[in-house]
Amino acid sequence: MITREDVEHISWLASIKISDEEKEKFVDQFNSILEYFHQLDEVDTEGIEPTYRVVDLANVFRDDVACKSLTHEEALKNAPKTENGYFKSPRIV
Amino acid sequence: METDVIIGLEIHVQLNKLNSKMFCGCSTNYHNSEPNSHTCPVCLGLPGSLPVLNKKAVEYGIRVGLALDCKIEEQTLFYRKNYYYPDLPKGFQISQYDYPLATGGHLLIKGDDGERQIRITRAHMEEDPGRLIHAGTIDKAKYTMVDYNRCGMPLLEVVTEPDLRSPKEARVFLDKLRSILEYLDVFDGNLEGSMRVDANISLAGGDRAEVKNISSHKGVEKALSYEITRQRNLKRRNIKVVQETRHFDELRNITVSIRSKEQAHDYRYYPEADLVPIRVATWVPAIKASLPELPDAKRDRFREQYGMTDDHAKALTSDIKVANFYELVAARAAPKLAAVWVANVLKGELNYRSLAVDSFKPDHMVEIVNMLDSGRIAEDAAVQIIRTILDKGGSPGQIVSDLGLTRAGDDAVLRAVREAVAESVVAVEDFRGGNERALNYVIGLVMKKTKGRADPAEVHRLVVEEVERT
Repeated sequence: MITREDVEHISWLASIKISDEEKEKFVDQFNSILEYFHQLDEVDTEGIEPTYRVVDLANVFRDDVACKSLTHEEALKNAPKTENGYFKSPRIV
Repeated sequence: METDVIIGLEIHVQLNKLNSKMFCGCSTNYHNSEPNSHTCPVCLGLPGSLPVLNKKAVEYGIRVGLALDCKIEEQTLFYRKNYYYPDLPKGFQISQYDYPLATGGHLLIKGDDGERQIRITRAHMEEDPGRLIHAGTIDKAKYTMVDYNRCGMPLLEVVTEPDLRSPKEARVFLDKLRSILEYLDVFDGNLEGSMRVDANISLAGGDRAEVKNISSHKGVEKALSYEITRQRNLKRRNIKVVQETRHFDELRNITVSIRSKEQAHDYRYYPEADLVPIRVATWVPAIKASLPELPDAKRDRFREQYGMTDDHAKALTSDIKVANFYELVAARAAPKLAAVWVANVLKGELNYRSLAVDSFKPDHMVEIVNMLDSGRIAEDAAVQIIRTILDKGGSPGQIVSDLGLTRAGDDAVLRAVREAVAESVVAVEDFRGGNERALNYVIGLVMKKTKGRADPAEVHRLVVEEVERT
C-alpha cells in the first residue's frame, strides 16, 4: 500500500512540489496503478528469465569518432538562466 | 598500524584516451575550452535524443578488467540511476547495476606490513556527470553554475572490497591503479578531474561515512586521516558515528556532512531501454593477448635483465613514461649505471622542478651515462649537466666544454693532493692521531682545487698515500 509518506518521498526525490490535495489524489492513483499491476502476480514465472526487451538485439555500437558538437549558443539556447557561458541553477545541497 | 580501520574505495576513472564520449560523438578533448562548448542533444539530455555506446569504451573497460584479474561477464546491461541533480540534465545517469562489465578481481599492493591482495568487487561503465561550480563554498553557495562539457565522458567505476587498512594504503592502491591504467594506455592521469574517488571508512564496530568526490590521491589520504580522527573522537565521547555522506574540503583539509536527507539512496534503478544488452565475452581472448607488460612484470624483468636493485626497478617502472625512457637509455649505455642515474638523480631533479620525463632527451642521458662510464666526467659534473639542461637547455657535450667539466687529469689531481696535504697540517696531524674523519677536510680542499672534477674515492686513496709518504 502506498501511503501519504511514500507520495511525499517520491515528490521530494523528483523535486516536484505538490499540494495537500494532490497528495491525497496521488495516494489513490498510485494505489490503483499498483493494484492493476498486481494482476500480473497471478502468472507463474518460476524459472523464467526476466524480459527486458522484446527484440533479442545485442551489441549495438558506434565507432570512437569525435564529431561536431552544438555551438555554445545553441547549447544554451533553451536555458532559462545562464551566466558567463554556464547554465545557472538554483543553489543545491 | 591501525588495525580497526576499514576502508573501501570507489574510483571513477575517465577513459580519457578515447576520442569521443560514452554515448555520443562529442569530443573528449574539452579541457581548456569554453564551458558548454562540447555538448549535443544526447549529452544535454534533450528530448528525442538516443544514446549509442562507444565500442572502444567497452574494449578499454575490458582491458582494465583483465588487468585487475576480473572476470568479464557474458552479458552486461545498462541501467538508469535516477537522481535529480543539475549535474545530470536527464535526471538520471546511465550506469550499470546487477550486470556489470567485470567482477571479482584483485590488485597486489605494498601494504603497511608487506604485500597484500586488495580485492576488486567490480568495474562498471557509466557516464560522467557535468561539472558544477558553486558560487562560494559548497555549503554556503547562493547558486550553482553548470558546465556539461564533462557530461557523458566515458567512466569506469572500480569498486574495491573494504580491504584497505590505513589512509596510506588507500593512497598506495590509487598510485598503483593509476600506474596500471597508464600502462594500458586508456587513461591520462594528468588531466584535471580524471580520477575521482569516493572513500568509505569506518572503525570496527561503527557505522561508515562515505567521503565523496575527492580528486587527488593526496586528498584521499588527508580526508581519510581526518575521518579517522573525527570518528575516534566521537567514539571516545560515546557518540555514535552516523552513516552519512561527507564532502572533503581541500582548502580546509576537513570533511563536512552533506545531503543528509538523501541517505536512503533511493536511486530506483531500472533497465535502460534505449541501450541493448552487450555480449562481448568473445572479445576477451584477443584483448587479453594484446595487453601490454604491466608494472609488476616489468619490474621483475628490469631487475633480471639489467641487474638492477629491486628499489631501482620499482622506481623505474611505476610510470610507464619513465620505464620507456630508461629502456631507450639502457639500450645504448651501461644499464646498471643508467638505472642509478635515472632513478636516483634524474627523477629527483625532475620532481623538484615538477617536470615530466619527456622534458629530458634520452639521447642526452645516454651521453651523460657514457661519459660517466668512461671516466670522462665525475659524478658532481654529471649532476651539474642534468641541472643545466633542465634549467637552461643545451646538450651534455656543449655544457661539458662550456663549463670545463671534464675530469681533471692525473697530474692536476696529484698536484692538488700534494698542495692540500701540505696546507692541512692540523688535519693531517689529527688523522695520524687516529681521527679518520679529519681526512674529509683535506679531500674537500682537493675537490675545491680541482673544481669538483676529481673522483672523491680516487682522491681519498691519493691523500692517504701522500700522508703516508710525507
